[in-house]
Amino acid sequence: MSVDFSLLPDGGLSWLDGSGPESHVVLSTRIRLARNLERRPFTVRAEPSDLLAARSQIGDAARETTALRDAAVFAVDDLELIERQLLHERHMISRELAGLERQAAVRPGASLLTNGQIGVMVNEEDHVRMQVLRSGFDLSASYRELERVDTELGGQLPFAFHPEFGYLTACPTNAGTGLRASVLIHLPGLVLTKEIAKVLQGLAQVGLTFRGLYGEGSEVVGNFFQLSNQTTLGKSEEDLLDHLESMVRQVVDYEEQARDVLQQEAPSVIADKVWRAYGLLRYARSLSFEETMNLLSGVRLGLGLNLIRDVSVYTLNKLLILTQPAHLAAQDGRALSDPTLPVSRATFVRQMLESDAARG
Amino acid sequence: MQCDNCGERPAAIHLTQIEGNSVTTVHLCEQCAAEKGVQTGASVAKLPLSGFLASVGQGAAAALPADADAGGCGFCGATLQDFRATGRLGCAHCYVTFEQQIRELLRRIHGSHVHAGRIYLPATAATEAEPVHLHAELREQLRRAVEAENFELAAELRDRLKVLE
Repeated sequence: MSVDFSLLPDGGLSWLDGSGPESHVVLSTRIRLARNLERRPFTVRAEPSDLLAARSQIGDAARETTALRDAAVFAVDDLELIERQLLHERHMISRELAGLERQAAVRPGASLLTNGQIGVMVNEEDHVRMQVLRSGFDLSASYRELERVDTELGGQLPFAFHPEFGYLTACPTNAGTGLRASVLIHLPGLVLTKEIAKVLQGLAQVGLTFRGLYGEGSEVVGNFFQLSNQTTLGKSEEDLLDHLESMVRQVVDYEEQARDVLQQEAPSVIADKVWRAYGLLRYARSLSFEETMNLLSGVRLGLGLNLIRDVSVYTLNKLLILTQPAHLAAQDGRALSDPTLPVSRATFVRQMLESDAARG
Repeated sequence: MQCDNCGERPAAIHLTQIEGNSVTTVHLCEQCAAEKGVQTGASVAKLPLSGFLASVGQGAAAALPADADAGGCGFCGATLQDFRATGRLGCAHCYVTFEQQIRELLRRIHGSHVHAGRIYLPATAATEAEPVHLHAELREQLRRAVEAENFELAAELRDRLKVLE
């Protein structure tokens, strides 16, 4: 079995098209709901036979829903490392489900059902982790979509639910609503004006938290942050989302203010930074992944400030995903450890930027 | 104000410690504070989230009373010790087995232990098979809610029982 994204409408990349609200600052919105099956041990304590049974139970139920009737199914436990990493780089599965965590193999029965925008991770830390991914800052539409899937799946599957504690999850940090909403946001203005630590501290005080580009445990690269709710119990889904919404809106305002300050107080410094980033991406012959992320961040800022018009947001977003190691390696059937990947990365970036510039 | 430790950089962290009857205040710059292991908001913010969450979950799990270790979960066999080691519960039944401890833990993590979100209506097949089970479960929850003087929850449970009846 291999990973074929052509099975998905738009190749599973529509969340990157830059069409959503506030996409000059916010790349994407993601919401997930964690659910478990009653009368089955949670995945960490389950035998392989339990996990496989849970997989077929969930797969059968998904086929009865409108959203997932025609979903592509990836048996993650049958995939090679590079294919699992590919799905992870696409933000379709977590590190845990992909078996990329140190000293943790892929769990038997690990699967992904997806129609591109809506996905269900099966046998992650919880039996069911359904998620929706959309372009821009769009919490309410994302949740409406996910709520429908939850209702449909819940009509088919016996979810573990406790009248006092709500939906029961393997880790008590997810119990209650099982809802984690996160907004992938680009904050170069706040980083450059050194206001970012204050903003992140403020978020922590109001019950929000941040992670890097790849979610839990990942580092911040390229000034991309995922802001999300930290608690899941004691408030309704709507209240959790409203709170995140208003806080993220404030962060977007702060970021815009920071960009104004930069442009007013150091226009030539900023222009130089932006064009240097563009120049390097356009002409370099070898690029590491981290360097690419940081340069893309600079160009993205230039786009937001209307300094650069030679490239589209969609192209920048695609570069973010398609220049990752597994994507590059899989393209030409090479190993993840191939020492020439930085050279291919530079070639790929150059070609994408050239074709955008020619079109511009 | 200069840092009390290096005397060079401006103090950014003002740490007040109370030991017994004496109160001491130290003014440190960020660098010296970090060297002394003082966690500031800024340094906490640099930690990747998983580490932070793990410390919340496991830290709280580790703080559970040791004498609560007596028995394991009747369904999956997990003990509180397992939970302390992994930060994960074994199954849905664990929430009932270790209810007292988990209630306290949830309160600490979320600031509340009472779910206020979507109510799950069991899948039709499951309800038909076990309407009595659900009824008894709700009744038991109601009894415990009254015992714990959680009247808000009790009212909600009573409403749900009425609907069921």
